[in-house]
Amino acid sequence: MSLLSLTSLTVRRGACPVVDDVSLTIGTGECVGLIGPNGAGKTTLMRAALGLLPHEGQSSLAALSAAERARAAAWMPQSREIAWPIAVEDIIRLGRMPHGTRLTPRDTQAVEAAISRMELDSFRARPATELSGGEQARVLIARALAQDTPLLMADEPTAGLDPAAQLGTLDVMRQIADEGRGVLLSLHDLSLAARSCTRLILLDKGRLRADGPPQEVLTEETLAEVFHLRARIHATPDGPLLQPLERL
Amino acid sequence: MKPLLALSALTAALFLASLLIGYSPIPLGTALAALFGAGDPLNAMVMQDIRLPRALLAALVGAALGMSGAAMQGFLRNPLAEPGLIGVSASAALGAVLALQTGLAAAYALALPLTALAFAFGAVLLVVLLAGPRGASLTLILAGIAISALAGALTSLTLNLSPNPYAASEIIFWMMGSVADRSMSHVWLAAPLILGGLGLLLTLRGGLDALTLGEDAAHSLGVSLGSIRTRLLIGSAAAIGAATAVTGAVGFVGLVVPHILRPLVGHMPSRLLPASALGGAAMLLAADIATRLILPERDLKLGVLMAIVGAPLFLHLIYKTRREIG
Repeated sequence: MSLLSLTSLTVRRGACPVVDDVSLTIGTGECVGLIGPNGAGKTTLMRAALGLLPHEGQSSLAALSAAERARAAAWMPQSREIAWPIAVEDIIRLGRMPHGTRLTPRDTQAVEAAISRMELDSFRARPATELSGGEQARVLIARALAQDTPLLMADEPTAGLDPAAQLGTLDVMRQIADEGRGVLLSLHDLSLAARSCTRLILLDKGRLRADGPPQEVLTEETLAEVFHLRARIHATPDGPLLQPLERL
Repeated sequence: MKPLLALSALTAALFLASLLIGYSPIPLGTALAALFGAGDPLNAMVMQDIRLPRALLAALVGAALGMSGAAMQGFLRNPLAEPGLIGVSASAALGAVLALQTGLAAAYALALPLTALAFAFGAVLLVVLLAGPRGASLTLILAGIAISALAGALTSLTLNLSPNPYAASEIIFWMMGSVADRSMSHVWLAAPLILGGLGLLLTLRGGLDALTLGEDAAHSLGVSLGSIRTRLLIGSAAAIGAATAVTGAVGFVGLVVPHILRPLVGHMPSRLLPASALGGAAMLLAADIATRLILPERDLKLGVLMAIVGAPLFLHLIYKTRREIG
């Protein structure tokens, strides 16, 4: 089942297209990594898909009403804002807002599941603003998980996390996909993307450059052309390992 | 819910105290009977026509200032925002000053609050036009500052060119803000607008909570920013416009009350709204009682007292939170 479909999505900043004629579909069970160099249009693509930016072409999510969209897709933006020193548990509970204002047992269950998934049990009563950047990121991921939507979209969810937390976060994303939901993440760490995603989408200057399983998208040629990197890719039993060697 | 109960009790107690404390001492039982028109007609007049409107206005205006302040701070995610930020208070004051200067206020008792209200709504309309339909918070603040500055300048110009020193001193006294010597017709004029405005602001609770996570995250939680902004502007324009129209400018309540109460409600913007309404009412009732106790025969103005007490209180709060801000 398709959770998000984009048809010829184009976003212009002035006359210049930042996202240029991108079409793609994301279905259940997929953990899709959106990769590309800085300025490739990853964030713009996701924001336009959610209807946050004016765009041309179609996005199935942007076409929904705000309330329907909130039940169809959860979104974790790159800027990790927590304006007030609200308790972690209350922040995570905000994810239940699209499901009505009355607190039901299902709400509590979703919040508890998100807390245990992100291992935040010992933090639940702490003011979220007092946590470290990485811990705050985990709280905000838990908030998006608590929204309990068929599709989860996150903009660089692993930025600022320690290596173990990065792996842990991507494992959670993968689990969610394996449970039959869909995940779309933008990522900078290519090895991590290759390890955890079922599929990678490579953007270059706003265009969709490659779309497929990690070992097909991450080749030494595309790395050189798109990322200006000379890198070696080792096929290992744990998946492709990527060793950047020098800038081209 | 405990803070709300405590604040309700405090507000009720202060409301009662406001009815009982005044220039002519009336015993408790007599005063309450007089409130319902029983007993000495002079006492009944004092209670019904002087003290009741005064206490009601202090509570209503305090609630308007407190909740609008909390809503504005929640929307802008900035604890320094205050309800006057969007230019409503300054414009309402300009309307009132023009009514006093032109003599309209003397010709018809409600001309002053009505002109003030018209100017308050005109200001919001201008701010919305300036900020644009999709305007971000920043353009909204800048437009508000510009309108406030313009209204302030025009107020000064009116004073500057005023040929009549009596009108000028009347204007100055009015601008200090007070709930003394208001009638029930002031209450009837302000109450529906203030209560309606507060009702509209209360619908923002969920949206303001979601905005804690930023505009993008709030949008993805199903919150429409445009609708939040419109309701915030209309709600606070009605509440603050009506409040300023009947009492003049009373500062600091909208800034200080949400700041004091925020830790008591777990910092949640939704819970802060009703709490700040009650807290604002309590604070203004207390300040109004204080004006009667400190200098009973000099007509100490509420707005002046609020600023004198409010500014050091605010400094103290800044000093206390300095560590958290870093």
